[in-house]
Amino acid sequence: MDLTVSVLLATFITSVLALFVFIASMAKGLFGSGGAAAVQIFDEDELGTVEDPAATRAQRGNLQQAMDPSHARTQRSAQEVATRLRADQSSSLVVGVCLTMAVVWLVLASVAGLVASIKLHAPDWWVSQAWLTFGRIRPIHLNLVAYGWCSMAGIGVALWLIPRLLKTELVGARYAMVGAALWALGVAAGTVALALGYSDGLEWLEYPWQIDILLVIGGALVGFPLWLTLLRRRVAHLYVSVWYIGAGLLWFPILFLVANWPGLHFGVQQATMNWWFGHNVLGLWFTPLALAASYYFIPKVLGKPIHSYNLSLLGFWSLAFFYSQVGGHHLIGGPVPSWLITISIVQSMMMVVPVLAVAINQHFTVLGNFRALLYSPTLRFIVLGAMFYTAASVQGSLQALRSVNTVTHFTHYTVAHAHLGLYGFYTMVMFGSIYFIMPRVMKWEWPYPRMISAHFWLVVSGFAVYFVGLSFGGWYQGLAMLNKDIPFMNSMTLTLPYLQARSVGGALMTLGHLVFAAHFFMMGWKFGPRRLGAALLKTRFASGAYATAAAPQPALSANTRGGAP
Amino acid sequence: MSPPGRPKGEFRSAEHEGTLMSAGLGKWEMDELRLVVGAMVILSLATGLLVVMPYMLLKDVPPPAGLKPYTPVQLQGRQVYIANGCVYCHSQQPRDIAQAPDALRGWGRASVAADYAYDTPHLLGTMRTGPDLLNIGARQPSRDWHLGHLYAPRAYTPGSIMPAYPFLFELREGAARPGEVVVNLPPKWALPGQVVVAKPEALALVEYLISLDRTYPALKPLPTAISGSN
Repeated sequence: MDLTVSVLLATFITSVLALFVFIASMAKGLFGSGGAAAVQIFDEDELGTVEDPAATRAQRGNLQQAMDPSHARTQRSAQEVATRLRADQSSSLVVGVCLTMAVVWLVLASVAGLVASIKLHAPDWWVSQAWLTFGRIRPIHLNLVAYGWCSMAGIGVALWLIPRLLKTELVGARYAMVGAALWALGVAAGTVALALGYSDGLEWLEYPWQIDILLVIGGALVGFPLWLTLLRRRVAHLYVSVWYIGAGLLWFPILFLVANWPGLHFGVQQATMNWWFGHNVLGLWFTPLALAASYYFIPKVLGKPIHSYNLSLLGFWSLAFFYSQVGGHHLIGGPVPSWLITISIVQSMMMVVPVLAVAINQHFTVLGNFRALLYSPTLRFIVLGAMFYTAASVQGSLQALRSVNTVTHFTHYTVAHAHLGLYGFYTMVMFGSIYFIMPRVMKWEWPYPRMISAHFWLVVSGFAVYFVGLSFGGWYQGLAMLNKDIPFMNSMTLTLPYLQARSVGGALMTLGHLVFAAHFFMMGWKFGPRRLGAALLKTRFASGAYATAAAPQPALSANTRGGAP
Repeated sequence: MSPPGRPKGEFRSAEHEGTLMSAGLGKWEMDELRLVVGAMVILSLATGLLVVMPYMLLKDVPPPAGLKPYTPVQLQGRQVYIANGCVYCHSQQPRDIAQAPDALRGWGRASVAADYAYDTPHLLGTMRTGPDLLNIGARQPSRDWHLGHLYAPRAYTPGSIMPAYPFLFELREGAARPGEVVVNLPPKWALPGQVVVAKPEALALVEYLISLDRTYPALKPLPTAISGSN
């Protein structure tokens, strides 16, 4: 039989069989522990107790009232509080460092993005310097977002979640520190290299391969503490977030290593590899990190377990299986083997399975508790992010269809879609997570709750303008490009108003990020620059004596040796 | 002494107790194994399909007779193309006439894998803010046009949003030195008393652009070639 057809048929049959095997084994708990794991993120008697360190005292009261008034005065045992405190303390230094770097990258990345956006409708603006040309500032933006902000934030959040999820202290944080430092060095060096015109030339893989070595080693090192901490875990089952984090930390270094291997890839094969990587870095690195965070924070803030635990594991395995094969849909109509494209289109449609699993779980957990969004800053960002995840995924599946892709390919519509995923979903989830985590890391509350609201409304309104404008502009651009009676030039000129709208939206988003970053550093300044350093140092060296470092926050500074919280 | 990973009594809760007892040590260590093995198997499957299979199928595809390897200058120009991110606005992969009117716009026939035999890194591109460039050399073979267009895109294409690349050129008072290439701008755009001299980067880039010409007939499309060889 024709090789093409047999490969295609085999893949399709494997996929469908795999799906049935998954469902069957899920019923028997073969792919992970059952429902008991869902409540593992709560301490004894903690179900029904809300938690959001980003909320003010009044907000927290309202949140508790909205969720479960009867639990408002639950006293948790000193031991449980101490355990959680110890878990949080063990990761606070490395998490603080990662998130601080992430926020710095975010600001730089937004500015680069805004400059690139303006350049598209003001082509003679800032052209005298080579490093400022659109073709350099755009990859600087993308790589700063992907490897600076998104990766660093995701790593920070994951490192903070690990000890909490495993109910023990983070082991080997120093490996993660070294890893994060190498990573940051790589991002900084990569940015400079792109500005100077040194690029490997592949989208998502622009950093010169010599610099990529730093990210591969750094990425492997930040994963170390997870495996070391797993050896000491004090929970019977691995919560779904651990699955996502563990797999993501395994996948990224391998993906990045294979993709950047010098001299290995060639011509069209390199193009298929490029989109194998380009889509896997989203599906097997960013998405797992953000889903891990939302699977923890949504139930944790609400004080109730996720809707269906088995569904969450089905979601995990099917995401891994289907998402990893969708990359070819970026090459529809291109000079690549058609079986490869077809497989990717089929798997793109199959992505509906994990997306529904996540959607049902996360939305049903929140359903009926929408008032909680009013009171919890964390939840507001994360629930919105979860909604954008569903939207981005469904849109992505549809976009992989040949008929839709023919219109959207090569247009700004794809750019809007990419931002729905990495901004609407991923970045929103990270914002929410950071609002939850930082008060625990810094032992200081967010100083100005209004700045959280300002941040939220700026980025949400900015992103709405960005996304709606660019999606329509891109769609019209695609239709014009397909119409042989319309000169190509018109397909570009008609996008100009939409590109201007994108700059307006992007400016609002950047402004929101500046508010966020200012607030973030104000939190640090509450201690004064020197005290920030001292507080962080203490948590690292004083592995037993947390009471001194924890003093500023009465609610959690319970004497670890028996005082009631 | 219990192994380091063993759950300690103090962390059990009533809800966890039952599952903990029935789970037993062996079973709950399986979670890590499942995670690592499952994750790796799935990744290798995807890598096999999207990276290894194309590698094996494409590595022996011969370059078409009509396609010449790039000269050293053209390769330098290709580096300039990469360094300045031309790929973010220009694709190099005309689509089939059945899918899109690319050929009617003069962009050429649908490309095939063999057309890229010398293209590493690949520059297929994902955006068409500007036109496809796989056959720009056939469409616009004039060096003068390309140099002027890079220096002042709107002098040649009114309304274009391509950035100008003044940093690839030098403005010189008076006359150019012998051996230098002067850009012939349209009269309206010429600067009195000054000449625009192309730097080597600009010349190399234009050499590369002019070399982009896949107007020779395509080889048979890939799937047919494979089934034929079976």
